[in-house]
Amino acid sequence: MRQLEGLARLDRRWIFTVTGLLVLIPLLWPLNLPLTPSPPVRAYYDAVAAVPDGSHVLVSCDFDPAARPELEPMTRTTLRQLFAKRCKVVVVVLYPGGARLVDQIVREVATERGALYGTDLVNLGFKAGNEAVMVLMGQSIPNTFPRDQNGLDVGTLPIMRGVRNYSSFPLLVSISTGYPGTKEYVQQVQGRFHIPIAAGVTAVAAPTMYPYLQSGQLLGLLGGMAGAAEYERLMHESGPASRGMDAQSLAHVFVALCIVLGNVAQWGWKRREGA
Amino acid sequence: MSLHPSHDLGVWVAAALTLCIFSFLYKDNPFYKFAEHLFVGVSAGYYLVLSFWTVLVANLWDPLLAAFSGSHGSPVAVRLGDYRAFLLLPALLGVLLFSRFVPRVSWLARWSLALIIGAYAGLKTTGFAQGDFVAQVQGSIQPLWTGQWGTSLNACIFTAGLLATLLFFYFSREHKGALGGASKAGMYFLMVSFGAGYGYTVMSRISLLIGRLQFLLYDWLGLR
Repeated sequence: MRQLEGLARLDRRWIFTVTGLLVLIPLLWPLNLPLTPSPPVRAYYDAVAAVPDGSHVLVSCDFDPAARPELEPMTRTTLRQLFAKRCKVVVVVLYPGGARLVDQIVREVATERGALYGTDLVNLGFKAGNEAVMVLMGQSIPNTFPRDQNGLDVGTLPIMRGVRNYSSFPLLVSISTGYPGTKEYVQQVQGRFHIPIAAGVTAVAAPTMYPYLQSGQLLGLLGGMAGAAEYERLMHESGPASRGMDAQSLAHVFVALCIVLGNVAQWGWKRREGA
Repeated sequence: MSLHPSHDLGVWVAAALTLCIFSFLYKDNPFYKFAEHLFVGVSAGYYLVLSFWTVLVANLWDPLLAAFSGSHGSPVAVRLGDYRAFLLLPALLGVLLFSRFVPRVSWLARWSLALIIGAYAGLKTTGFAQGDFVAQVQGSIQPLWTGQWGTSLNACIFTAGLLATLLFFYFSREHKGALGGASKAGMYFLMVSFGAGYGYTVMSRISLLIGRLQFLLYDWLGLR
């Protein structure tokens, strides 16, 4: 018990060191721990799979480099699944600071899958205005985004023929890190324009999204790196999220162990003070 | 496993700054301070430039220029999304926000703020009512017996948790007796949700560390 009480005075740098090693070692030598797709991830996969081949899909990528490790893998996998179905992908960004990153991701996946810009894909770029932009898109997307990320007139792009508003899409995929993001799409768009939404969010935001999943307002949900890794597994990919899951699992076990030991030490401390 | 270090100067700068930030885990030091100040300064500058080009130029200057150059028909065209002279009004309201710097006319800023707050309050209220309140109440009403033991048990736990948590936030009567027991059960349900939230937060933070280490190992050192 006395040794456990000593934990309370442990230099926190030891905890940082162990956490760092537990993350670093599996990245160098993977353990290939088992990974089973959960029902929300399977529902996300099924929602994208249910989109008719060749139809338009709206993908709102509302994140910046701070959320890159969690949201980039799921964005890439989503785009791959959509391109495999020959879907026409319309990308928008409502999160300031994310436009360049999203453009880079979208173009890399398009090149990898042989998707043509302007025909199979368009990135309409960033538009300031948060919920106001979401509501405006319900009236007219070409009027809300008259030019794409590179300043091209959207009226000249073949992919935008027939795109009017949310009614032009059988599915909206919202990949977001915060405000504005999935929550705002559910509040402003799902109820008002009745477009089905599948969402991918950071792990911090995931617990707040489960009520929407339970009520059917979201068709499927990817939560953080674990959600992205499970999605990669369903797509038979081995991407950065899957490669990071060994490290994630070991770090979690260590954090849980620290919580248990910390509580035992605190309990022992209090018992001695009371005696 | 072999090393193939990056030849990209940007990657080297990013790696050096990452290591500067990581050095704080040992203790506060000048390298960390340098990286921190650089990040704050660059972020502020980046967002200022971004706002200028994506808000002021794209949403105000370009449409006004098009409206008054005559290339898009009448400056007072009213079809949504047209380039139009009406944008002078929000431009004026935007300028009025800066009247806060002159105490004698600072009251003028209230007009702009009133419009902003009014519009957003309206937007948020309807969105919350439709998307959160009504839909969540509808989603909470579910049959307790579904024909399957597993889902039925799930529905019962959900309903018990919902009611107990609602009772925990009922403050018009002292939490004693049956109400006290129910509110205590509600507190346990809340603690489970906090625990889930904490677990997800840990996952998010570890993901950031994994992302940085993947960058250092694969993009910078080129480990294969």
